[in-house]
Amino acid sequence: MPTEPQYVPRSQVLPLDKALEVIDALPGGGVILTKVEEVLNWGRAASVWPLTFGLACCAIEMMQAYATRFDMDRMGIIPRATPRQADCIIVAGRATIKIAPIVRRLWEQMPEPKYVISMGSCATCGGPFYYDNYSILKGIDQVIPVDVYVPGWPPRPEALIEGLLNLQDKIKKEPFLRRRIARAAAAATQA
Amino acid sequence: MALRTEELMLNMGPQHPSTHGVLRMVVTLDGENVVDVQPDIGYLHSSVEKMMENRTYLQNIALVDRGMDYLSAMANEEVWVLACERLGKIEVPERARYIRTIMLELQRISSHLIWLGTFGIDLGAFTAFLWAMRERERIMDLFESATGGRLHHVYFRIGGVFEDLPEGWTDRCEEFCDYFLDRLPEYDELLTGNPIFLARTQGVGVLPLDTAIAMGASGPVARASGLAYDVRKAHPYEVYERVEFDIPVRSEGDCYARYLVRLEEMRQSVRIIRQCLERLPAGEIRSKVAVTLRLPKGEVYARTESPRGDLGIYLVSDGADRPYRVKIRAPAFSNLYALTEMMRGWKVADVIAILGSIDIVLSDVDR
Repeated sequence: MPTEPQYVPRSQVLPLDKALEVIDALPGGGVILTKVEEVLNWGRAASVWPLTFGLACCAIEMMQAYATRFDMDRMGIIPRATPRQADCIIVAGRATIKIAPIVRRLWEQMPEPKYVISMGSCATCGGPFYYDNYSILKGIDQVIPVDVYVPGWPPRPEALIEGLLNLQDKIKKEPFLRRRIARAAAAATQA
Repeated sequence: MALRTEELMLNMGPQHPSTHGVLRMVVTLDGENVVDVQPDIGYLHSSVEKMMENRTYLQNIALVDRGMDYLSAMANEEVWVLACERLGKIEVPERARYIRTIMLELQRISSHLIWLGTFGIDLGAFTAFLWAMRERERIMDLFESATGGRLHHVYFRIGGVFEDLPEGWTDRCEEFCDYFLDRLPEYDELLTGNPIFLARTQGVGVLPLDTAIAMGASGPVARASGLAYDVRKAHPYEVYERVEFDIPVRSEGDCYARYLVRLEEMRQSVRIIRQCLERLPAGEIRSKVAVTLRLPKGEVYARTESPRGDLGIYLVSDGADRPYRVKIRAPAFSNLYALTEMMRGWKVADVIAILGSIDIVLSDVDR
């Protein structure tokens, strides 16, 4: 007789997290952790892979930023076509209320850690479509958390590159490993 | 006993690397063959037509740039100011007409270059994208020095253009024409004679002439099916009646024909630009038009040939300082509905090639 498959929750605490906790507790372990973190963050910052997802006019400037003359590849920024391989989503252009759930789902499909760049004033706050408009979402930050806002209508490719460099700075300063320890500790207390 | 087969529903988009924006296509498949395609649009609906009723005639120039077809902002400005000028019977100085024509043709080249690049990516030729963007960047420089904007210019005004061309601009434009004509044979080498490209496009997605007319297709899509119709020739505006150019027409109606038509159109655009630069008269660039312009009561329909086809605006005025009603006839919308006819019977891999060949801009479809 077939039975209902039972839902078995996977453990949230990895052996790596345990090891990190032990290192952190050692005398001088904090210094080791910080140095390892710096190296890891340096690597992560130099390989930001954004999702190719163009909504409106800003997408054309985004394409131009990937292409000849601006060439974002030289900063390790390589576009990926699927959210499963991307760690950054550039919301390029105005988002309608119809597309908002899809942007949210794309963001949810991306693996952690993930970042969001809101490109242009339309994505940031609705821009010119703020007043007397029934179809445009007034800011993508109502749906997904935004890390970097790039102003412009649409922003120049240089502005987008500046935004991505700011994101790289942000990644470099992130307490990446300590956040894992804290999350593991929180999961342990919850269980 | 025959095997029973079932049809499969495949959802393409809205996030798909080759949907050129946010188009969702519900494709019904029988094995690998396309049985039916239902485009689902509206993911970029910006309610521009409604918003235009609340803005003055001058403010709307900035809105049509973004709200309509964003790859050809100048063409949108042109059709809007043309409608206003026809209703208000506003004269445009000769110099402004020539400048507008030059800008419109530069815009046509830049829009076709984006199409060429993305079509190359769709078919796996990444080099075409990089090369097309390289040429386009030079046009962007020309635009930027004349108008201040790269993508959205807000350059045309009712009764003329915003500012005169900067010093040395005509020389740089001439230089670009030479440079671009040098580069075009490179595309022929890269794509036109490429066996993979030919296999993916030749004979694929045929749109017969009668279907093209019935579906209201226009622009390069209709011209590739054998319809020798161009608004620039049929209903000339600006200075198109005074310059010499040919309309490229092909009779095959497949993806390859659409590619060849657009490539030839770029050559013709260069021809128009050169003639305009030669004859560019001196003088005023804008006639006196009040900022709070009030158009007389009435209605008008203006049409132009945008890079995508027959772009029209139907404008109704009740005598106030803003339009009473605006209806936009978008070429990409009609071309999208010819798409279903083109795709039926082809393999799922050809769907990408066919969609890429009609040069769709979702902002133009949804408005």
